Amino acid sequence: MKEIINLPVQSIEEEEYHINMGPQHPSTHGVLRLVVTLQGEIVKKLQPHCGYIHRGIEKMCEKDTYQQIIHLTDRMDYLSAHINNHAVCLLVEGALEVEVPERVKYIRTILDELNRIASHQLWWSSFGMDLGGLTCFFYGLRDREHILDIFEESFGSRLLHSYYTPGGLMRDVHPNFQKRVKDFLKYNRKKIKDYDRILSGNVIFLERSKGVGVLSKELAINYGVTGPSGRGSGWACDIRKKHPYAMYDKVEFREVLRHEGDTYSRYMVRIDEMRESMNIIEQLIDNIPEGDFSAKMKPIIRLPEGEYYQCVESARGELGIYCISDGNKNPVRMKFRTPSFVNLGVLDKISREMKIADLVAIGASLDLVIPDIDR
Amino acid sequence: MNSFTKYFTDIFWGFRSLLIGMSVTGRYFFSPGQIVTQQYPENRKKLKMFERFKGDLIMPHDEHNQHRCTGCGICETNCPNGSIEVISDRIELPDGKKKRIIDKHIYHLSMCTFCSLCVKTCPSEALDWDQTFEHAVFDRTKLTKILNKPGSSIIKDIE
Ligand code: SF4
Ligand code: SF4
Repeated sequence: MKEIINLPVQSIEEEEYHINMGPQHPSTHGVLRLVVTLQGEIVKKLQPHCGYIHRGIEKMCEKDTYQQIIHLTDRMDYLSAHINNHAVCLLVEGALEVEVPERVKYIRTILDELNRIASHQLWWSSFGMDLGGLTCFFYGLRDREHILDIFEESFGSRLLHSYYTPGGLMRDVHPNFQKRVKDFLKYNRKKIKDYDRILSGNVIFLERSKGVGVLSKELAINYGVTGPSGRGSGWACDIRKKHPYAMYDKVEFREVLRHEGDTYSRYMVRIDEMRESMNIIEQLIDNIPEGDFSAKMKPIIRLPEGEYYQCVESARGELGIYCISDGNKNPVRMKFRTPSFVNLGVLDKISREMKIADLVAIGASLDLVIPDIDR
Repeated sequence: MNSFTKYFTDIFWGFRSLLIGMSVTGRYFFSPGQIVTQQYPENRKKLKMFERFKGDLIMPHDEHNQHRCTGCGICETNCPNGSIEVISDRIELPDGKKKRIIDKHIYHLSMCTFCSLCVKTCPSEALDWDQTFEHAVFDRTKLTKILNKPGSSIIKDIE
């Protein structure tokens, strides 16, 4: 009985108080609850509480076949659904040592990059909105719509695609695919200039983002902050460069790095990454080889007994999948190392001694997707 | 630079950046180029979805009210969340052989995640996607559909 009474009470200094930011707060972009300890307006401590949208995806995977797992991974980081699918496909293909046709590799790389652009555009929209620039939200979504149209025409869905399958693709891309992608690239190059003119140079934006939430390279490595957030601190952690998959070792692209580590540099990394993604697509779109859209696979996939790991670069960082198989048609254990969950860990460290309004900017600059945290 | 001039240059550059931003919004305000929004309920007649759009699972029937489903149940096994229930009957053919025919192919739209595995794995290509997207109903039992039409039968040459 005594232990129950003597539960450790969170130490709280004089003149400090807690507030709950979320779970229903527009700037957390989902159901994330941050318990913030404040002194006046200064953030002293921050404690994230996750689990509001936990669906047990890892557990569900244990009863699903490998083809069925694909549609669950869509629902983790829904803004980079293709990339999540890609990770599972690569894992299965790697374990079975299946060589997928060249055409599949090309199309997958293009779609991954389109997905990355779409994700960054939505992030840009909501980032602008969080800082009070509602115009950004409309412009970003307007441009993203073009990518969603490309997706919709080829495989009928806009957000949760389930388009990759172990060994290849569900069906071939639409005949219009190449033309549409090229049109989009031309269109988007112009629009990114607009992004710069509206937000990147805006004095209010600069005041609110420069020097705010500085994440040092050391801290980024210690906390495993990957993706654009880590690269904004100068940590070269791009999986596409470090462990290339699909076509990434054949195309030329620059790993965008900035060294300031503040909110502004994380912002600029993403803007530049959109340009790099377009460069990648441009190199591939004209030479998609003819061929099958899928390798021959058995209808029931059984991975050989063992442990497997596969990582890909999703729009938010390293997505790793760790899988234990006992030779059956479903895995014994699936573990997803999702980038948002890991990146959330550093939020407390970098938002201390900042104003609560800055917390919104910092949270947005880490680009957290809540279902990716809770999965 | 002393702080006095810095103060004024900061104000100047600040204003400049605001004007640049407003020039973009102003341009779109006066010459939007292409109107991207749609007048949705009014344009219903003209609104056309992409032909591959995954709206609703259907079982295409031909003009003789015949479909291609053999009742094998492969779609049911492949569906990750139990959205499909296949109820089949066994009938005796005139030559004494037993044959399985479909009785009801039940589809729960409310549970479907549109993963397309059923369409892809069906051996006789009996399922397809429809482009309807207005799925809102007042009563959720309406979301459970029987895909094979009443009185339908299977096309002859499908085994
Ligand atoms: S729809 Fe296709 S897979 Fe499903 S029971 Fe009929 S024939 Fe079999
Ligand atoms: S699309 Fe997927 S979830 Fe929906 S009925 Fe088919 S297999 Fe089941």
